[in-house]
Amino acid sequence: MRVAEAWRVALDALRANRLRSALTMLGVIIGVASVVLLVAIGTGTKQKVEQQVEGLGSNLLLVVPGRIEVGNAPVVSPLTLKDVDAVTRVVGDPDRVAVTVASGATARAGARSDFTTVQGVLETTPAVFTRSLARGRYLTGTDVDTSRRVAVLGDSVARALFPDRDPLGQQVALAGVRFRVIGVFAPLGQSLGVDRDDEVHVPVTAAQRLWGTQRVDGIAVKAPDRERIDELGDRIVAELNRRHPDTEFSAVTQQQILGVLGDILGVLTGVLAAIAGISLLVGGVGVSNIMLVSVRERTREIGLRKAVGARPRDIGVQFLLEAVLLTTIGGLTGMALGVGSALLVDALSPIPAAITWWSLALAFGVSAVVGIVFGVVPAQRAGRLDPVVALRTE
Amino acid sequence: MTGSAVADPRGDRPAGERVAAIEAVDVSRTYQLDGVSVEALRGVSLTVQPGDYVALVGPSGSGKSTLMHLLGGLDRPTGGRLVIGGRDVNALAPPEMATLRNETIGFVFQAFHLLPRTSAVENVALPLVYRGVSARQRRERAAAMLGRVGLGHRLDHRPNQMSGGEQQRVAIARALVTEPTVLLADEPTGNLDSVTGAAVLELLEQLNAESGVALVMVTHDQEVAARAHRRITMRDGVVVGDSADPRSAHDRPPSVDHGRPATLVPAPSAEPRSASGSGPGHPSGGSGGAAGATGRLPREIERPGGTA
Repeated sequence: MRVAEAWRVALDALRANRLRSALTMLGVIIGVASVVLLVAIGTGTKQKVEQQVEGLGSNLLLVVPGRIEVGNAPVVSPLTLKDVDAVTRVVGDPDRVAVTVASGATARAGARSDFTTVQGVLETTPAVFTRSLARGRYLTGTDVDTSRRVAVLGDSVARALFPDRDPLGQQVALAGVRFRVIGVFAPLGQSLGVDRDDEVHVPVTAAQRLWGTQRVDGIAVKAPDRERIDELGDRIVAELNRRHPDTEFSAVTQQQILGVLGDILGVLTGVLAAIAGISLLVGGVGVSNIMLVSVRERTREIGLRKAVGARPRDIGVQFLLEAVLLTTIGGLTGMALGVGSALLVDALSPIPAAITWWSLALAFGVSAVVGIVFGVVPAQRAGRLDPVVALRTE
Repeated sequence: MTGSAVADPRGDRPAGERVAAIEAVDVSRTYQLDGVSVEALRGVSLTVQPGDYVALVGPSGSGKSTLMHLLGGLDRPTGGRLVIGGRDVNALAPPEMATLRNETIGFVFQAFHLLPRTSAVENVALPLVYRGVSARQRRERAAAMLGRVGLGHRLDHRPNQMSGGEQQRVAIARALVTEPTVLLADEPTGNLDSVTGAAVLELLEQLNAESGVALVMVTHDQEVAARAHRRITMRDGVVVGDSADPRSAHDRPPSVDHGRPATLVPAPSAEPRSASGSGPGHPSGGSGGAAGATGRLPREIERPGGTA
């Protein structure tokens, strides 16, 4: 029997049982759609996180006490501004070094309040990290040197405290101490569910005084170029180790952060896809089941086809094609559904979703393979039916 | 006798001698049913020549359906030698058997066995599908064949839009579209009223006479059987009468006949079954009788070679 003929026969058989075919396909449709959607969400999240890490600025080197590993408890920093000066000497350019000392604090303006993160920073922050202002100005060297109580608000904080008036020049109480608002950041959006606009920048000296500490949590360095970034990191860590022999320090690059995040998100995407794959497998079992029913129902037809000259292979191919048609039509429908819902999720919810061609190809390929794998047993059974017995079946 | 002719290889027959369409030599068919052997055929020898018109008669369970399945290449003998269209069935794998059926045999069934939701012309064209004939040629040949059986105006009707007689004509067209050498008809008029049945029978006879296809027909109807040129009577798995071979009723070895008088050619239905089934010293007779009593063998039966 010619293949074109076999396709036609298989299509006819599916059409003859429209509802049953549709319900059988539904299992595959749901499986493929969820694979496509979940992989899209995983990929979209990964892409967005990568963008954000890269958006921090280029050639960044983050220096923190302790070892950067997933699951390690944060270490209390022994670093002070004197260490920052030492690092600056290693780097050779004060404009390339930024620091932070951060803590949660309640920001209050009039009757309104907002719990936010207060970051004590140097005036170099916008140059090291890529940050831009929507209004006003950023901190200056003088602000830092004189511990001036001035603040730059993140977009969320500005909206929460001053929903109906210009925050510039207004007073804000941070942990009970009054600061004057001199600028507002341009919004950044969310990252992994964290609101990046929920922060207030104040001079590091003012922050240290506010919390009664000399410590600095971490140092960020913008390397002059990508090639020497690791070497620079090593020199900074060596200098800090010399100054604090009891503490370990780490210098990590964006690439390392991206690598770690990428691994985590990759595993996450894989787990999501595997869970969706299970539903695809269940759909395949449904196909197998229905094909067995179909073989039994059409036993007489099989007997007749054999009597007039169909070889076991002809019958087997006919039923195998039927199973493959069920799963590939289901697979294509599921792909359309998955792409559609991924676009909807991306457009209507904060969850990013990105369609990748490989996930579509994979989902379609898997559905076709599922059809073959789960169609083989019913097809073999049909092909091996004894024509005499088959013809006698009522 | 046919046995010696069959033993020769097909190729070196003397020119002019008719080549038999089907030759069966001492063919037996034993089923295994729950560990019990059931002998449906116990040594049948017969030859079907091209153009023959044979009626196969006998009571239910006499083995004539089993014989038909063997003659049509749907089943294989468990003993003896069966040659269809010059090919020894025991030497053929299932795919080759399928091709043999496609090329040599046409089947007509009591229950028509047409594909539902499929037009008459597509039903008739079905055997050509497995022969790799192009769609256009299939339709042409099927339409021509439907014309020959008087259904040229019903090409695109579906089985449920046709009468029983018309459906059986479609089935006959399907059986003949491949131009087989043998047409096997299993009670072709059994599901039809007498007038329609007679017309179908006339059609079969006409096609047999015109195209030279051998017609082998299983029937219960003595009137129908009487019209055949040759009548083969079966009983308890053996041929007890063949009008083309007068000796057939006399030369059977007694061991196969179970001591019954082999001369009882037209089997009297009044003969008590228990007499043949419980004959002393014949344990296999009991199982043979059991198969006869059920009329046909249960479909769960083990079929050697059938699942290969």
